[in-house]
Amino acid sequence: MEFFLISLLNSLSYGLLLFMLSSGLTLIFSMMGVLNFAHASFYMLGAYLAYSISGAAGYWFAFFVAPLLVGVAGVLVERYGLRAVHKYGHVAELLYTFGLSYLMLEAVQLIWGRSAVPYGIPEILQGSLFTLYTTTFPKYQAFMMLISILTLLALYLVLTRTRVGLIIQASLSHPEMVESLGHNVPRVFMLVFGGGCALAGLAGVIGGNAFVTEPGMAETLGTIIFVVVVAGGMGSLMGALLASLLIGVIQTFAVAIDLSLLDGLSAMGLGVGPGAFGHSVLSVTLSEVAPILPYALLVLVLIFRPRGLLGKREN
Amino acid sequence: MTEKILELKGVYKQFGRTEIIRGVDLAVNKGERLAVIGPNGAGKSTLFHLISGRLPVSSGQIWFDGHRIDGQNAQSIYRRGLSRSFQITNLFHRQSVYENILSAAMWSQGYRYTFWKRISQLQPLHERTQEVLELIGLQSRHDVAVNLLTYAEQRALEIGMAVAGGSDAILLDEPTAGMSRGESDAAIELIKTVSAKKTLLMVEHDMGVVFGLADRVAVVVYGQVIACDTPERIRANARVQEAYLGVVKDRQKEVEDGAA
Amino acid sequence: MSTHYLIGNRPASRPSSRMLFIWLGFAAVLLLAPQILRSSLLHTHLTQMGIGMVLALSYNVLLGQSGMLSFGHAAFSGLGAFVSVHAMNLVGDGLLWLPLPLIPIVGALTGLGFAALIGYVITRTSGVTFAMITLGIGQMVYASSLMFPAFFGGEGGVSTNRVYGDPWFEWDFGPQIQVYYLVAAWLFICVAATFYLTRTPLGRLLNGVRDNEERIAFVGFNPHLLRYMALMISGLFAGIGGALMAINFEIATDEVLSLHESGAVLLFTFIGGTATFIGPMLGAVIGVLLTKFLPDYTAGWQMYLGLVFMLVVVYAPGGISSLIKPGLGVLRQTMAQRRYASFLGLALSAFALLAGTIILVELMYHRAAGATGPLHLFGMALDHQGVMSWVIGVVILLGGMLTIKPAGRLLFERLSAGEPALQGVPQ
Repeated sequence: MEFFLISLLNSLSYGLLLFMLSSGLTLIFSMMGVLNFAHASFYMLGAYLAYSISGAAGYWFAFFVAPLLVGVAGVLVERYGLRAVHKYGHVAELLYTFGLSYLMLEAVQLIWGRSAVPYGIPEILQGSLFTLYTTTFPKYQAFMMLISILTLLALYLVLTRTRVGLIIQASLSHPEMVESLGHNVPRVFMLVFGGGCALAGLAGVIGGNAFVTEPGMAETLGTIIFVVVVAGGMGSLMGALLASLLIGVIQTFAVAIDLSLLDGLSAMGLGVGPGAFGHSVLSVTLSEVAPILPYALLVLVLIFRPRGLLGKREN
Repeated sequence: MTEKILELKGVYKQFGRTEIIRGVDLAVNKGERLAVIGPNGAGKSTLFHLISGRLPVSSGQIWFDGHRIDGQNAQSIYRRGLSRSFQITNLFHRQSVYENILSAAMWSQGYRYTFWKRISQLQPLHERTQEVLELIGLQSRHDVAVNLLTYAEQRALEIGMAVAGGSDAILLDEPTAGMSRGESDAAIELIKTVSAKKTLLMVEHDMGVVFGLADRVAVVVYGQVIACDTPERIRANARVQEAYLGVVKDRQKEVEDGAA
Repeated sequence: MSTHYLIGNRPASRPSSRMLFIWLGFAAVLLLAPQILRSSLLHTHLTQMGIGMVLALSYNVLLGQSGMLSFGHAAFSGLGAFVSVHAMNLVGDGLLWLPLPLIPIVGALTGLGFAALIGYVITRTSGVTFAMITLGIGQMVYASSLMFPAFFGGEGGVSTNRVYGDPWFEWDFGPQIQVYYLVAAWLFICVAATFYLTRTPLGRLLNGVRDNEERIAFVGFNPHLLRYMALMISGLFAGIGGALMAINFEIATDEVLSLHESGAVLLFTFIGGTATFIGPMLGAVIGVLLTKFLPDYTAGWQMYLGLVFMLVVVYAPGGISSLIKPGLGVLRQTMAQRRYASFLGLALSAFALLAGTIILVELMYHRAAGATGPLHLFGMALDHQGVMSWVIGVVILLGGMLTIKPAGRLLFERLSAGEPALQGVPQ
């Protein structure tokens, strides 16, 4: 029972962080058709910037400034890079962001070095919030969840209640129509790209000190958020939420379960000895298999439902 | 009793809750030229998509040459002998005219996914390609990439692609759309030639083309065939006149003036 | 404009003597390269170029020829490498007979088999969906490698020895140069085979599924089946590449299955150009130069690789091979019209761009490495701690950036004034 509740809370906080990251990616993809390979790199940038700024001016200052800086970086990338490639089609855009992720990784390593940096949790948020049975639930995790929920609420309100939001929603499905209605769609694109990157940066600010801040952080999370966006349904925010939570649950629970098919068979009374054929496959535990589960989910979803769990548009 | 090669029975098609085709019964005789006309949005192209397998029917049956083809995929229907051209040019845009026709002629020449023989050795394939090339009059443009052709040339190639495989039944979707008078006339001659001894179904807006070519005319309005008869009787049909709100009358006059 | 895949599809469209000359020339280059470039290190680089070319060719069957973008190519080549390593060990233990030169057949069958196994289902989709599935599959295979140490050897991988059994005509394939010739021979076979494919009806149909997968159905062919065949052919040649890697490095680790590896193939193929036959091979050569040759000279090689890739994506999306013909044309025209001054202007501008970039990149890496002494670059000593060196670098770079477009425009204007056929050339 304890395990279940704790894991549920952990999956929720991880899943919400994933959603914060992938919501930006979904928006960018929906509107521009660009799968931003460098999205996780902006997450990384956010974490590193927060580290440097909080070292000089404190965590809370970094909390507001770092995402803004990342957003500005995103705007510049869109305006001076992506826009030039746009005319060559989606594959070229994808490759552009692919190369960008590569360059950003190099740049981060140049500036901050190749090993992890000690981006720490501010004192006020350290310690545990409450204790469930025997496990403590850290304050910072609750903070992360709070920020994720607030951000997403804000995103929802902006998209549905403000004029800019409505224009963005319209541009999500009918950019040409919106442009012929007189709106500056390229500027909207730029804003959305910058906004999406800022969201990723914010995720980096709060996630970077919860998890480790190191050059490899973009790569590990990068492919997972692709799984989230694609499996959830490209273009669907609800789908991304669903997929994020699903993956959060899958990864958190699976990592903690040390059972294998072998154990299942023994429970049924069938023993398989070490020398038997297939033993090494059957003895693999769920926790060992955990890393591939998100990808397995992606492949299965795409095979049985190519437009994703809640996807609306066919490519 | 003329043999029916293509039959539509009670065909319905809806997208979500919108019904586009609302109960179509149509029979096409073997070897005849049937024009499909109707106001914009009536569902003519949709009908073609249903027949050729681009879209699945919501309900109803489509029979071709004694086989049921509704629900089958496009390549199966093509292999039965029914080919089509497209209203919006739908070619292999990076390849040359020659290569486009080559690809269209391959199946009928018996070359199925062959990877052990080189194309340059396949004489019959080249002969057929050359034949079609001359038929549509694009010999001088044979190695030009399709996206560099003029609009009329692309439309001619569309027709060429539809006939390259020697299909018994050809569906042409607005073959003369966007053409000038001269280009239209040339296209009509081409269509007459390629459809000799074949069954032809044609969506057309140009009434001159329709009345010059068609054995029968089917009028589609709001997803239903409201009349299917010879051109003269269609012209006189009150319902058809009503549907066009006088357009047919004007066209009729224009054709008579032109013929004079 | 005629696309390169056009040639040779008509009966006797190109004099066969010219084609023969090209093939003989290619064979000659392969045979003579290690004799001209004599050091063992160079032989290593040549071998890796050869392997890279095989992988790039296999990748382009999918991307350039059939229009299928894949992020999981390393699964095919990597599995080919692992099975080959196991096969070599089995032969070494005397449980199997297979001379080393035939090991790539094992790789080929592995790649083909894996593609046949998963291909039918995953090729139902196309475009971005397909690309994402390949990402998922690639990552799954990579992640599985640590789960099944019996086959994948865990963190250390599986190593082997390529010197086993009786020598093949006195060659035991111990020395690097012998491995090079083995790779070169297989490269020649792969080039010939993939080239032959482009001349067959299937090759034409694969182009059709790339250009218009709907129309290919309306002329009687099943696009799903075509994509499936493309994946199997690509997998087959990728497997050969993997086997050659296994032979060359005598080890297979999880690295050969990684996204990094898949990304490298994609990068190299794209840099070279996907629209021509030689593009991928050129890309592999450039790629190996940038990733294996350059690191010996600078710590910033990854930055250079990334920059080259970005430049190609933005300014030459058809790859470097798409610049060859126009580039040669410009050179020819420049000499014919004696526009040396304008050409020199453009060359200087490009040089400034290159020099400025190198100075700044090297300074950055020098500083990041925590060095205290100055940077020694082409005989100059640049002090990274002072401002001067940085300013020089920035000024030169800016100079190049600001002058290159006008210089290029000037040259083209001068040239097209003399040769009207040049008008309409981009820039």
